Amino acid sequence: MTRRVYITGTGIISAIGNSVEQVEKSLLSERSGIGKITLFPTIHQDRLPLAEVKLSNTELLDKIGKKENNNLTRTALLGMIAAREAIDDAGILKLNECPTGLISATTVGGMDRSEVFYEAYIQNPSRGRLRDVVNHDCGDSTDRIATFLGIRDFVTTVSTACSSSANSLILGAKLIKAGILDRVIAGGTDAATLFTLNGFNTLMILDKNGCRPFDENRAGLTIGEGAAFLVLESDELVYKRKARIHAELSGYGNANDAYHQTASSPEGTGAILAIQQALASGNLRPADIDYINVHGTGTLNNDLSEGVALETIFGLNMPPFSSTKSYTGHTLGAAGAIEAIISILTMKNRCLFPNLNWTTPMKELSIRPVTGIIESYEVNHVLSNSFGFGGNNSALIISKPIDLIT
Amino acid sequence: MPPIPVYINGLGIISPQKTYEPATFLDEVIPVVSNQLRCQEPVYKDYISGDLVRRMSRLIKMGIASSRICLQDAGCVMPDAIITGTGLGCIEDTEKFLSAMINNKEEFLTPTPFIQSTHNTVGAQIALLLKCHHYNFTYVHRGHSFESALFDASLQLDTTDAKNILVGGLDELTANLFQITKRLGHWKTKPVNNLQLLNTKTRGSIAGEGSAFFLLSNMQTDRSYAKLSGLSMLLKPSTPDEFFLKVTGLLEKNDLKLENIDLILLGLNGDEKMDRVYDDLISAAAGMSDMAYFKHLSGEYQTASAFGLWLASRVLKSQRIPEVIRLSGSFNRPVKNILLYNHYRNLNHSLMLLSKLN
Repeated sequence: MTRRVYITGTGIISAIGNSVEQVEKSLLSERSGIGKITLFPTIHQDRLPLAEVKLSNTELLDKIGKKENNNLTRTALLGMIAAREAIDDAGILKLNECPTGLISATTVGGMDRSEVFYEAYIQNPSRGRLRDVVNHDCGDSTDRIATFLGIRDFVTTVSTACSSSANSLILGAKLIKAGILDRVIAGGTDAATLFTLNGFNTLMILDKNGCRPFDENRAGLTIGEGAAFLVLESDELVYKRKARIHAELSGYGNANDAYHQTASSPEGTGAILAIQQALASGNLRPADIDYINVHGTGTLNNDLSEGVALETIFGLNMPPFSSTKSYTGHTLGAAGAIEAIISILTMKNRCLFPNLNWTTPMKELSIRPVTGIIESYEVNHVLSNSFGFGGNNSALIISKPIDLIT
Repeated sequence: MPPIPVYINGLGIISPQKTYEPATFLDEVIPVVSNQLRCQEPVYKDYISGDLVRRMSRLIKMGIASSRICLQDAGCVMPDAIITGTGLGCIEDTEKFLSAMINNKEEFLTPTPFIQSTHNTVGAQIALLLKCHHYNFTYVHRGHSFESALFDASLQLDTTDAKNILVGGLDELTANLFQITKRLGHWKTKPVNNLQLLNTKTRGSIAGEGSAFFLLSNMQTDRSYAKLSGLSMLLKPSTPDEFFLKVTGLLEKNDLKLENIDLILLGLNGDEKMDRVYDDLISAAAGMSDMAYFKHLSGEYQTASAFGLWLASRVLKSQRIPEVIRLSGSFNRPVKNILLYNHYRNLNHSLMLLSKLN
């Protein structure tokens, strides 16, 4: 268990950019990706915002150099683009030079096509194009990405609601630490769908003004879409191939709130346990954390519960924090991986990105998010939280490589 | 799989057979003439309080009840982790929300089916009812969903303080799922007698469903069923050599050869094309190992290998092979080692090696 897990490559596609570079620019210029719904017709068109990837499926296909759609779902397409970018970024020439795995995460899988199928199927069970439903299951997008990249040693998919891709990173780190794999491409992908939009709408947790995490007047989250993958490699492999290191995945924890199927406990029990585990596994104290990329969905319940958990752990020494969901929307199965990469970007830029749309402090909390860019800020350790339905709470700690810590 | 012994210390299963009563072991298998098998379900209020039962969809009830049977069987009050694998999760809830959304043009929707459609619902509900704050993961990778859960459990046992982990494989069959997958050619076009499944010589299998839970531990107890000594997942092997490399790799790690395998349990599902995949192993082990199969009892679904693991565990502990699963061989020796080989649509292949405990 002494192996270290380094992050050597990153790839993102999201509402604030189709590459890590574009995402970085948007973050630095405080440009949110939340806007009008254009992807599909819906009765919520003018009422609810969405954080869409600004490319059609044809344009996404073009980006991966494919002409034939071959039944690819939007979820698969987004994942292929982000995973490819991560591998290129890591400077990997021979992917299978060592035992390599792909761990993806998704909450809706091929739902973007199933919705089209069901529209016809529901009228008549012998109708609906089968090619629209054959890729419904969550494993499909992962298998497509694996085939596209040429990964066979270990391929699986995690689905634990909104903590899914934080959990794929946790599994990836465990496999490397245990010496089972040397390299894992881990992350997640989710396309925006009518299903998720309407699902969250029935829970009355969508803010028609766009999400305002940790604001007293917050009224819910904003659905986003996207994908993000990180290349995780063992320390031996990194030294052997003289790879550039972005960061270390130094700590992680997963715990269950066991309070309610969708609501978080008022004390933030699961969140506290996950964060404590992450700190312990990284041999870190709360005081070592320089910045927290919070889960911060913007729902009344999450932000209060998460805020209470953070106050419990950090007390008066609360590090600066922000929810970058105000930029990307809540990308569900991709959120944990997207936010892990944003955490790396804070280190690289020595800069904290703000929690957009925040004006009023929450009555119940004494902590307040970062509301403008903070420059020349040295970040050694970032805590990134991801919490999901079913009380699934995960925390990651992303650190500068140990010899660079100041 | 990490190099540690993993013991199966408890079982709980709801399947198309009357398996929810741990005292019986496929004693009364009644033939079904159909192209789909549905679970024989217990009276749920024996396992879950009445208020809760009413709100739960079928797969949640199956999952909760079978996990309770498993924990009770193992004498475990609080597992150190809960890990589930499911191909499609609560697909009935997904269909319900999707249909309502389309039929009502996005209006007048209720949240319950949406909430329950989340793939980790069953794992989360088990945690909620037990007040279990520990590690909780759900894998959703087709015919490797359950195997991924088993793999993660062995990793947790090896690398953390966890001693007892609840692992489940579960999927439900609905009328819509059956209709859609029938159109995709997965099933027999006409009803067949499930006990004659391998004599049909046609394309397609019979659809199935089930929920099987296992208590995995790094410690043997007086209730232990078997030792899970190897697990291997592979994507569609491109050559028989690639497949046999995995088989011998798995066996060699345990100082075994194919001739030491007393029973090979195969995922034969009656689809004449899909079943040809098993031919290489069948001929390689001919005359050495007895052979058995199980999908005529469980039907085919993404996590059907969990039924196979349950069956192998029961055989090893009881040293009894139910007549109904026999395929070939003499069946007149003690069963020390079982190799379970399953594939889902010739895409996800898995091998599990189980050994009898002393």
